Amino acid sequence: MSTDTSLASRSHEENWLPILELATVEVFEIMLGCRVKPAAKGEQSPTAEFTAMVGLAGALCGILTFSCSRKAARELAKCMLGPEIADSEEQVSDALGEICNMIAGNFKNKLSSADGACMLSVPTVIKGEEYSFRSLADGENLETVMMFREAPVAVCLQLHS
Amino acid sequence: MNKIRALIVDDSSVMRKIVERSLRQAGIELEKVVEAGNGAEALVAMGKEPVDLVLCDINMPVMDGLEFVKQLSTVEAAKGIPVVMITTEGSENHVVQALSAGARGYIRKPFTPDQVKEHVLPVLGKKS
Repeated sequence: MSTDTSLASRSHEENWLPILELATVEVFEIMLGCRVKPAAKGEQSPTAEFTAMVGLAGALCGILTFSCSRKAARELAKCMLGPEIADSEEQVSDALGEICNMIAGNFKNKLSSADGACMLSVPTVIKGEEYSFRSLADGENLETVMMFREAPVAVCLQLHS
Repeated sequence: MNKIRALIVDDSSVMRKIVERSLRQAGIELEKVVEAGNGAEALVAMGKEPVDLVLCDINMPVMDGLEFVKQLSTVEAAKGIPVVMITTEGSENHVVQALSAGARGYIRKPFTPDQVKEHVLPVLGKKS
């Protein structure tokens, strides 16, 4: 992968947003057994009561976040684990962390030039919406809001230039 | 097929449950499932419990999956126990590193039970 061309321009030129959406759709279909689709224009971003994040380092450098409401988070965990074992907040957080991790991995694996030289961090999950975070990734932002059942979930990739 | 004892190594308890479920969905009968949260815990667990198969993540705290496979290859008592990696790290580089270190199979997340069957049965000496 050439590191001479900025990631911001590459993400535009290579149109990475549909790749990020496809990576998300595949994780939901394969691991959760449910479909998601990009939200209609004008659909509001979810209330970020749960935010999972995974760092990317190397040729692709930045952070991928996955956020949703508490209710959606519980539903996602139920899809992954079944209703009987997805009741605790710990399990819900763990499930969201894994979803975020798999979206990040699936996305970078689809960028044929990036997968060999990009590492993922262990996921982190924030509970509650009373927070702000500032990533030092100062490049391109790719963000998509997808509809999981009736609830919006947001996937955002902030890239370091 | 005889029932097997599987060790599942992943820092996510959710993923350990999913891997166990996928093994069962793939028609692999489990006599016992042992869980570990990282490579170091897995080495300790294998010293206490005999297992027939190890399924292991790569990105984990304390000791990652590649280091675990390398260390396991030096343990005489563990020789012949197949290790299959299950990971989001899908690059050829990681596959080569894992197989060179002694892993017998490699499954990329996200995965289906059919993919688990396809990669696990051969290392157990069964047809997929």
